[in-house]
Formats: sequence, structure tokens, C-alpha cells
Amino acid sequence: MAHETGTLLHTPLYDEHVRLGARMVPFAGWEMPVQYTGVIEEHNAVRQRAGMFDVSHMGRFEVHGQDAARFLGYICTWDMARLAPGEGHYAAACNEAGGILDDVYVFSLDPERYLIVVNASNAPKMKAWMEGHIANFNARLVDRYESTAMIAVQGPEAIERMGGDFVRSIKPRHCAETDWRGHRLFASRTGYTGEDGLELVIGAEAAPDLWRELLEAEITPVGLGARDTLRLEAALLLYGNDMDEETNPLEVGLDWVVTFDDGADFLGRTALQHIAKAGVERTLVCLRALDRGVMRHGCAIVSGGQNVGIVTSGTFSPTLGTSIGMGFVPRAMAEGTRIDVDVRGRVLPAEIVPRPFYKRPKKK
Amino acid sequence: MASPPDRKYTKEHEWVKLDGDVGTVGITDYAQDQLGDIVFVDMPVSGTAVTALEKFGEIESVKAVSELFAPVSGEVVERNEGLEGSPQWVNDDPYGDGWMIRVRLSNAREVDALMSSDDYEEFLRTAAE
Repeated sequence: MAHETGTLLHTPLYDEHVRLGARMVPFAGWEMPVQYTGVIEEHNAVRQRAGMFDVSHMGRFEVHGQDAARFLGYICTWDMARLAPGEGHYAAACNEAGGILDDVYVFSLDPERYLIVVNASNAPKMKAWMEGHIANFNARLVDRYESTAMIAVQGPEAIERMGGDFVRSIKPRHCAETDWRGHRLFASRTGYTGEDGLELVIGAEAAPDLWRELLEAEITPVGLGARDTLRLEAALLLYGNDMDEETNPLEVGLDWVVTFDDGADFLGRTALQHIAKAGVERTLVCLRALDRGVMRHGCAIVSGGQNVGIVTSGTFSPTLGTSIGMGFVPRAMAEGTRIDVDVRGRVLPAEIVPRPFYKRPKKK
Repeated sequence: MASPPDRKYTKEHEWVKLDGDVGTVGITDYAQDQLGDIVFVDMPVSGTAVTALEKFGEIESVKAVSELFAPVSGEVVERNEGLEGSPQWVNDDPYGDGWMIRVRLSNAREVDALMSSDDYEEFLRTAAE
């Protein structure tokens, strides 16, 4: 059970983090590990070997019933009715104006049972919002937030170190369930690092045992600090930084998760079709610094003495050894364009570069 | 890591070590540990005037940026150019190779207002409670 201390929530793995000497910080209402030994060391462990993250703070809900797929297809920009059991897909959930309420991952467990994973920062909002819409469908929402924990295992050696036929049987973007020591274990071949790996959902009471077993397989615990550098190198979006309710999926490069073509109705469809027809005014691009210094969320993007945009995410990339970021610029600005980032008054020259910054090497 | 007794400390977690009228300035082990992996240090060039307890630069870790405050007033006579290529020296050796600037003091008495190593450690203990 998640339990409250003061105003911050603890995941079922809180004691494990403390025992490992993690530095705990408040994050989206939770007390979470930001680092165990150091951000760069943990980052490199995931890029080179395998790391694991407590992501229990992310919201988990199951949708049960005959209309489960139809309901999820209605609240998501991607038509979840297309999912066969054992498949998953990423999508945005939008309001009527096409503004992004959250970015979500939906998995089909069987034709009448789905799992939707939402951001920690949006979980209460998304729960209330889903409850508001599900009444019109023959489906019901089952809160799995407090009864389960979630662990992401990521890295080129993640699958190998976890081992076993079950783990190896799951194809990319697919999912499966099994019994683990008498507990239901959900696993999906997905992640938020740009690496191969799994995301696991396990009953809260069994989570510490699973965590320790993964530790014994020499999988490195990784905190939120490296989670951010890893996802930014892979150019994966972070809700609250790169998108919010004032942002639409088409301007942040999420057009691939918006299905207009099959006629399925979904929230925000009309507005998004208008935006698609008119064309977006701004677009989210990848930025790479050409000098020392670190761009951060909120820094202005300057071109020809004019403010032309804003950095939505920025950090230091351990893999590239330079600062990277994402930001909004006018649609016309192409890759290769030189811009400046205003880092608290200091000019940091940067370039618009192809997305992503990091792509994992193809397996031989 | 114990705070070396041969220097003085600020509440902002900088240190200054005097050699005649020149003070070498850096951040403490506690500060580098709190910041985490340091990736960039923005420091003033030689000839820049710095003022005690005012900002003289910025330090970027992977996670965040922090301001650097001068323990003493004076003129910068040298900065640690090694940190340009190896900012991690601040993490690895905060009281040695990770120094940041050398300042020719304009008012040597300012040092008297700073904490000794014992006072600084007591300050850290009190702050932790």
C-alpha cells in the first residue's frame, strides 16, 4: 500500500531506497529516489548494462468490460480497438480543444481487460476524468495504483539479466502476465530510456522481493535524475515540461499516435482535424549546444536578436558530453538551423538537430 | 570528508584559503555532494571584481544550476582553467584540484567574519536537525 507521511506518498519500495542510501526528493506528491550513487554513473549503467527504476508513482488503472476498448479509444488519440490481446500502444489523451491532458500507455490484457498507465503528476486528474467519461460505456475503472508497484528494468543486458522464458517471450511493445511466487506479474517490453527492457507491475506486498531479486541479478538501481537524462537523450517527452493542456499532439511530434483515418471518434478529434488542416504554428525540436553551458526548461530561444521560442526540457547529456534539450520554434525552422539559447543572460549557441539524440545500436 | 582546518567557510558552502593577500576559493565537500555530478562551472575572468557574499559565478550539475557566492571581496587574479575540461574535479577533489578562483583581497578583515572548519561542521550538524 502506498501510505502517506506528512504530505508525501511512499511507494512500496521506499524502504529499499532508503536501505540503498538513495537521496530522496519530493516528486509529483511522492518521496522518490533522485539518485543512489550519481546521475552519470546510473545513466551509463542503463546505456551499457542494465538499470532498474521504481516507477510505482505512475498511475495504473485497469479497464474491464465489454466496451473497455471502445472507452479507451474514445479517451485516447490512438484507436485502442486496434490492439490485439498482448499488445500495447502509446497515445495522448486530449480535451475537446485538442490540448494534451496526459500521455498514456495502454495494454490489452484480454479483450475485456486493459491496463492504462498515466503520469504520476496527472494521476488524480486522469482518474476523475476517466470516471466522468466511463459512465457512458459498458465498462468500469479498476484502480490498481495502491495495490501494485511498478519497476522498469532497462538496458542492453536487461532481458538477459532477468532471464527466463517468460521475459524472453515478450516482443517489443507487447505485454504478458504470469504468476511470480503466487503473485500476478505483468510485464511489457516498453520503457522510457531508449533502451530495450521491461516494465513490470507486481502486487505491492511482493514488490520488495522482486526488487531484491533484480538487485541480485546485478541490475543497478537508478533514480529520477538519470531517468530524465536517459529519456531526453531518447527525445521522449515529459508531461509538464514538453507538453501540457495548452499543447496539442501535432506540434510535439505525436501525430503518429493520432488516428484520424479509421473514422473512430475520440475526444479532441474535431479540434485536432482543424489544426492538422491549418498546420501547426510551432514545432518541438531537438537542440544541441555548441558550447559549454547547460540549457534548461524555460530558457528563451533567440534568433537574429528576436525571441523565437522556448526550451521545454534541457539537461547535460552524459552520452554526448554536451547540453541537449527540446524546445518550441516556429514551424519553418529546419534541422541544421543555428539558434542561441539565453541561459540566464548568457548566450549559449545551439543547433536544431535530428530527433532523437541517442538511438541504441542495432543488435547483431 | 572532514573540512580542512587551514581555511574559512561560508554558510553558502564556499571556502577560502589564504596565502598572503590572495585567497583561493572553492566549494565544500558537502556542497559538491548535494549538487551531484558537476558538468560546468561558469567563473569570472582575471581582473573581475567580486564582492563578499555576492554571486560570482554559477555551477551546473546534471540536475540543476546553483549560484556561487564569493567569501571575500577583491579582484580575480586567476581562475581554474582545468575545470573547463574537467568540471568533475569539483566532485572528486573539492578542497584541492576543484578550486575555482584566486582573489586578491581588498579587505582582509572580511575573513574574520567567516567560519572556522569546526564552526562549519557544527553549522552543518545544526542545519541537518
